[in-house]
Amino acid sequence: MKSLKTYAILYLIFLYAPIFLLPLFAFNSSTVIAFPLTSFTTEWFTTLLTLTEMHGALLNSLKIALTSAVLATILGIFAAMAATRYTFPGQKGIMGFIMLPLVLPEIIVAVSLLIVILRMGFNTGAWSVIAGHTLICTPFAIAILQSAFASLDPSLEEAAYDLGETPASTFRLVTLPLVMPGIISALLISFTISMDEFIIAFFLTGAEPTLPVYLFSMMRFPKLLPAVMALGTILVVLSVLLIVIAEFFRRRGAKRAGLKDTGGFL
Amino acid sequence: MTIKKKPTGPALITLQNVEKHYGDYHALRGINLEIGTGEFFSLLGPSGCGKTTLLRTIAGFEDYDSGYVLISGRDMRGVPANKRPTNMVFQSYAIFPHLTVLQNVAFGLRKSPMSKAEKTKAAEDALEMVGLKGYGHRAAHALSGGQRQRVALARALVLKPKVLLLDEPLSALDRKMREQMQVELIKLQREVGITFILVTHDQEEALVMSDRIAVMFEGEIVQCDDPEVLYRRPKSKRVADFIGVMNFLPATVSEENGTYIASVAGLGEAEITEGQCPAGVPLGEATVGFRPETLTILYEGQTATHREAPAKVEEVVYYGDMTYYDVRFEGVEKPVRISMRNIFGRDVLDVGASARVSWSPGALVVFGADQ
Repeated sequence: MKSLKTYAILYLIFLYAPIFLLPLFAFNSSTVIAFPLTSFTTEWFTTLLTLTEMHGALLNSLKIALTSAVLATILGIFAAMAATRYTFPGQKGIMGFIMLPLVLPEIIVAVSLLIVILRMGFNTGAWSVIAGHTLICTPFAIAILQSAFASLDPSLEEAAYDLGETPASTFRLVTLPLVMPGIISALLISFTISMDEFIIAFFLTGAEPTLPVYLFSMMRFPKLLPAVMALGTILVVLSVLLIVIAEFFRRRGAKRAGLKDTGGFL
Repeated sequence: MTIKKKPTGPALITLQNVEKHYGDYHALRGINLEIGTGEFFSLLGPSGCGKTTLLRTIAGFEDYDSGYVLISGRDMRGVPANKRPTNMVFQSYAIFPHLTVLQNVAFGLRKSPMSKAEKTKAAEDALEMVGLKGYGHRAAHALSGGQRQRVALARALVLKPKVLLLDEPLSALDRKMREQMQVELIKLQREVGITFILVTHDQEEALVMSDRIAVMFEGEIVQCDDPEVLYRRPKSKRVADFIGVMNFLPATVSEENGTYIASVAGLGEAEITEGQCPAGVPLGEATVGFRPETLTILYEGQTATHREAPAKVEEVVYYGDMTYYDVRFEGVEKPVRISMRNIFGRDVLDVGASARVSWSPGALVVFGADQ
């Protein structure tokens, strides 16, 4: 029992210690990333404000993440409805195939997309990153939305129809409000994934880097390393916040629909 | 148990030769039915017998291969559920969890030309009718099972449908609540005068609530009668067995000068009428059925009002108000169940005791060997 406890603690340290180093050095006044710590400073956060190139990258990332999240969620809604509301031949196989990008190495996705895009004579840019990110976010959106649709009692939709609504107004008045927590959750998770994603963005980004790609390029300048730490701190906090919000909505939705919690991403 | 039959109006729903297949599965076989205006009608059968499919066909949720479904004389083929004068109470109640109780009840009024105040009034009246006055502003997901059931009823009835369809509405409730709701549903149906069609697998529930019951097996209606006839004169051994408890004994039937005589194992000979053979008089090999309460164990000094047969008590099950005896008549393989109301001051018989059993020839139902 005791050794298991020690193991669990060591495991958690292994997982999270590197991440805790980020804020530690982000607030440390020395430019050298090493112990002992010198003194507390917020200077690196101020430096961030002066890096205009980084602001461009951030804006670029936000644009890409927002678009990918919306696209992935819309595709996810269609797929989840197809999976839960209808039966058709080959349904299981097709659903499995759609979920495949979840386990596909991103580098493979990135390289193949790059080859296809260049071969077709297009230039890479924000749009190609969006395409790649939509591809990898969609399975996550489907997984979340599928459980949202599956936990929706089909007789709710039948009841609305029976009470005189059309299929379209049934979707608007009953289905949509009840799966809304799932939709919000899918949007937030997709957004987070796209925001953090490096490999696809690195290959397909073209002239305007996304934030992770920009961060990577900054690593070459030791002077800027503490600022990278500061930026990393902000990103970690935002990511965690988004995931917590997403999970909050998912759980509230499950509770509202009077269901047992069947687990999610948290 | 049945509350006395009330007169019902002309046929509101007519089903003619309705057939349905799911692939190879024959879900509905030649369904013919007429359900009257203001009637409380039940579809009774074991799970998988097609009763829910039939209800959903009337509601417009299921297509059918051939035949006719008429409501008020109008052919319903191609008329979707949202355009039919029927409303349904679902087994899961299907209360919209994101709306309040009042919003749930008023849901179907959204497209009605009534003013907002009139809609609220109508919804509140419907809530009052089902005993949920003042619950309008509660969140629907916080209600108990019985309350959800009432909201579902109010939501359907507020639209004043011609037919209310109820899909196993009481199966999710506990026993006490279920019995209470049975009585309330009967009262409610009389009050609103709307035709109710109830789907249930619970024969007791069907007997208590219905004006008429259609018993379904394997997609087919095997008997459609009022509860008393169904209980007393089931048309087949299977129906007899499904509704209440029925004892069966082998017999042979013969005819003498226009009267029918059944010679029943363990009981002896009895004259029977054609009325006791709901599926026709089976001359020769037959089975005789009788309900446990039609037999009486005679106590010392008592004489039989009709006929008497000796038997041995094999099993005694004491229920407080009732005692069930399993007794065996002489020369009979299987024991027979007798239910007796317990009377104060009279002891329950012991296992192994000899008993004189009084039976009445008029209470017998006669089935052919293949019925």
